[in-house]
Amino acid sequence: MSRAKAEQAPVAPGTTLLVAVGLGVSFLLFMAFLNVVKSGNVLNESNMLYAALIFYCGAGTLYLGFGVTGIPSYIKFASFATWLGLLANTGAVAHRWYEAGHPPFASIYEMLLSFVWTLAVLTLIAEKKYGVKVIGTVTMPVAIVGVVLMQLLRTEVHPLVPALQSTWLHVHVTLAMLAYAACALSFALAMMFLIQDKVKTETFLAATSLATIGTYLGIVLTRFERWGGFNVIAWDPDRKAEIFVAKGMRLFVTIPDLGWLMLLVLAAVSVPFVLYLVWWKTGNSSLIEFANRAVFISILLQALALVFFILRARDGQYSSLDAEGAYQTSLAASPFILSGLVGGIFMSLLYLLLLWRRSDLERMLPSAEELDRITYRTIAIAFPLLTLMIAAGAYWANKTWGSYWSWDPKETWAAITWLVYAGYLHMRVTRGWRGRRAAYFAILGFAVVMFTFFGVTYLLPGMHAYA
Amino acid sequence: MESGVHSSSLEKGNPMAGKQSIAKKIWQTIGAIKTGVILLILTVIVAAAGTVILQRPATDIDEIQRAYSPQMLRLLDAVGLTDVFHAWWFVLLLALVSVSIIAASIQRFPNAWRFYSRPYKSPNDSFRKALAIQAQVPVDNEDRALAVAEKAFNEAGWKPERIVRENSFSLFGEKHRISEMAVYIVHASLLLIFVGGIVDALTGWRGYMALTRGSQSNQIELRNGDKRMLPFAVRCNSAGQENYKDGSPKRWWSDLTVIDGGNETYKKQIVVNDPLVYQGVRFYQASYGQTGKVDQLLLTASLTGSSETRDIALDGETPFVLDADTTVRLVEFIPDYTVSDGRVYARSKDIENPAARLVVESKKLGKSFDVWLPPIPEVEHNADAPYQFQPRDVKLAYYTGLEVSHEPGQWAVWSGVVLMGLGLAFVFYLVHVRVWAAPVRQVDGSLVLWIGGTANRNQDVFERRFREVVKEIQSELNSEKGSSTPAEAHSLAGR
Repeated sequence: MSRAKAEQAPVAPGTTLLVAVGLGVSFLLFMAFLNVVKSGNVLNESNMLYAALIFYCGAGTLYLGFGVTGIPSYIKFASFATWLGLLANTGAVAHRWYEAGHPPFASIYEMLLSFVWTLAVLTLIAEKKYGVKVIGTVTMPVAIVGVVLMQLLRTEVHPLVPALQSTWLHVHVTLAMLAYAACALSFALAMMFLIQDKVKTETFLAATSLATIGTYLGIVLTRFERWGGFNVIAWDPDRKAEIFVAKGMRLFVTIPDLGWLMLLVLAAVSVPFVLYLVWWKTGNSSLIEFANRAVFISILLQALALVFFILRARDGQYSSLDAEGAYQTSLAASPFILSGLVGGIFMSLLYLLLLWRRSDLERMLPSAEELDRITYRTIAIAFPLLTLMIAAGAYWANKTWGSYWSWDPKETWAAITWLVYAGYLHMRVTRGWRGRRAAYFAILGFAVVMFTFFGVTYLLPGMHAYA
Repeated sequence: MESGVHSSSLEKGNPMAGKQSIAKKIWQTIGAIKTGVILLILTVIVAAAGTVILQRPATDIDEIQRAYSPQMLRLLDAVGLTDVFHAWWFVLLLALVSVSIIAASIQRFPNAWRFYSRPYKSPNDSFRKALAIQAQVPVDNEDRALAVAEKAFNEAGWKPERIVRENSFSLFGEKHRISEMAVYIVHASLLLIFVGGIVDALTGWRGYMALTRGSQSNQIELRNGDKRMLPFAVRCNSAGQENYKDGSPKRWWSDLTVIDGGNETYKKQIVVNDPLVYQGVRFYQASYGQTGKVDQLLLTASLTGSSETRDIALDGETPFVLDADTTVRLVEFIPDYTVSDGRVYARSKDIENPAARLVVESKKLGKSFDVWLPPIPEVEHNADAPYQFQPRDVKLAYYTGLEVSHEPGQWAVWSGVVLMGLGLAFVFYLVHVRVWAAPVRQVDGSLVLWIGGTANRNQDVFERRFREVVKEIQSELNSEKGSSTPAEAHSLAGR
């Protein structure tokens, strides 16, 4: 059937992209190969990660190409590239595991490694088993960001401190990664449901704008320093670790002038939302066109901010307000700012994809009813995993700290996540919540998951210093 | 529920009825899903607040005082927001959640139990009309049709049984009936976990005990500063730390012996993640470090003016007898000393610049001498002392820090967790499937085999399976008949 479709589809643009991606991948592989020949070490972790990155990039491009054009042959090559990327990723995980002597869950780097692996596996499952073909459009870019972050965060194999030497820890973190990946999937499916459920494109505009505004507002509010400076965490390149002033207090250095740029981008991403609000009041539809253009411009500015951030924060000495002298910083010290910046661009791009190719997307996605059911089923997988994750964590805490529950922020937020999904299930079963309300609930659940994963670690005090 | 309505109508005119209906209303409200949701939302908000506001026992007092102004802090303290998770109103909230779950379960359970214990086996006309998933297959012979259906149900794993009533004859099959009870299992397990938590909150305790090598104790310092005596003592035989090559700690361990009633009753080497458990009291390896005291100071001693030396060892307590009327005693050990105005001070607790003060008592001279090692010019009396000392080595005393806890309710918690895992597996992965098959004479006189089914979850998956089985039955019947008339399944989607 897919072949029949392929024959009907216009051939020329399809081949162009395939050839371009193929050439790109082989060029990168060739360059990497030259490097490998120079170093003489083929099968090490960083080479495999690099190969995974290349293949995921190829897969991501092809998935996007499929999302935009709907040419079925893309999907075949895309999943093939995903398979190859997964293979390389598996190799990297295995290598890391072997080298460290423990499953790769001990640091943010190792957890990202496992998370990306899980994401690739789930993408293939969703594609092959449930026929949600465009899912790679969302998950592959996330995987790419993950691998790029890993390159920055690359750490030596750290020996495990005594509290982390437990099988239960590995069980706990594995379950957490699986559960979070399933939650991420349910979120993507819920979004797709909303597309199929004829939610207005303008509403997606508002949601995307709000999300990017939130991202930049968070960045500016926490990091903007007087007279245009931008605070980042200081980094000790020798120890490959953040610098602490006191226990739990990181040392910040101020990059001059970068703050103004962030402020400018915040203003730029706010424009579409303001225009949306005016449209909503007045109904003047030309405003929406302006808003869409504003989104496009904001993407350019966001990209600029990202480039400047990478250039300035990559290394270099900056002064600090809290201590005398200049200190080094590094991208590795600001993984969350970086993912915020990349995430913002990514969200805006997805909106543009929806804006330009909505009818194609609607044609390719499974029906709304089907998506609603798959979302529920993904949560039916995520919820028991969340439960077991919390239980394994409690059991580990009991063996290590002598208490299975101590209301530590991470624990509390894990419980809150659990309650939100429990709420979803109850509303679905007892109140018959289907469709849009259920989708909103699934999105809320994933927002809470993200906060538990990132927010709690970086914003709230607590014992989960390792992750 | 029906019986409830019935009884209240009987009691009309009874003065007690009004009161009872109020009580009933309250009971219904407690069990309503709305109440449960409101309580859960409240719990979530309060718990989230508890993670944002700095909490009392866990955070340093200084840090809290830095973060909030005094008035603010007084307000937070008064409302209990600085220790949310132990505030009486939070406990009350959790108790209300539990009561709500119990009420909801009790109110809904009888119906579910009736459904579970008395399955509906013989479908009547109206049931057959209303069922959403059903099919009809034209047949010639009732017995033959039922036999074929029975075989097909069997193959599908629906375990059919023949139901014989006075005027009907049908098949009923089902699978995973336990699925109907799964929700109650999950709720019961949650309550079990709560019970464990409450028991621990009321009767459990946590504390700390530090032991140096060879010492023993039965006294525990609790979190709130109180002391607690154990009916047995714990002795630390030895303890230590192993490091990785880069110097970061790899392993802490302590060899512990339990002494109960004067006997050594239990021995175990504990490490982080592997506690010692005795009579429900658990001892965890929590910390390891220097006490800043000396375990043993090794010296070379020689009579002043003589070149003859001997090795001696001093501990912090007992005087060492050098000769008939001279003793030496270690009175002070300073890990990092500094001298100022002719006095010796400790600068820090790290072993940077150690000094020891010995007191040599001589009965013959009738006086005692302060001897400093190393000699400190402004304060020493070393030259006058009858003996001279050279330090050889110092063995420092280490302590092992043990976290001690007693949580009698944790068994309820763990069994609750296991039960919940089981319950959730039933909820999500066991689908209660029921199928019926009955030969029915149509209005036009033709005979059909009516087949219907229902599943309590994943109806779509079940419907696909159901259609397959119906098709099987059809083709089986057709092959019997020699396919004279093409049989058709009519889907009467009755939604």
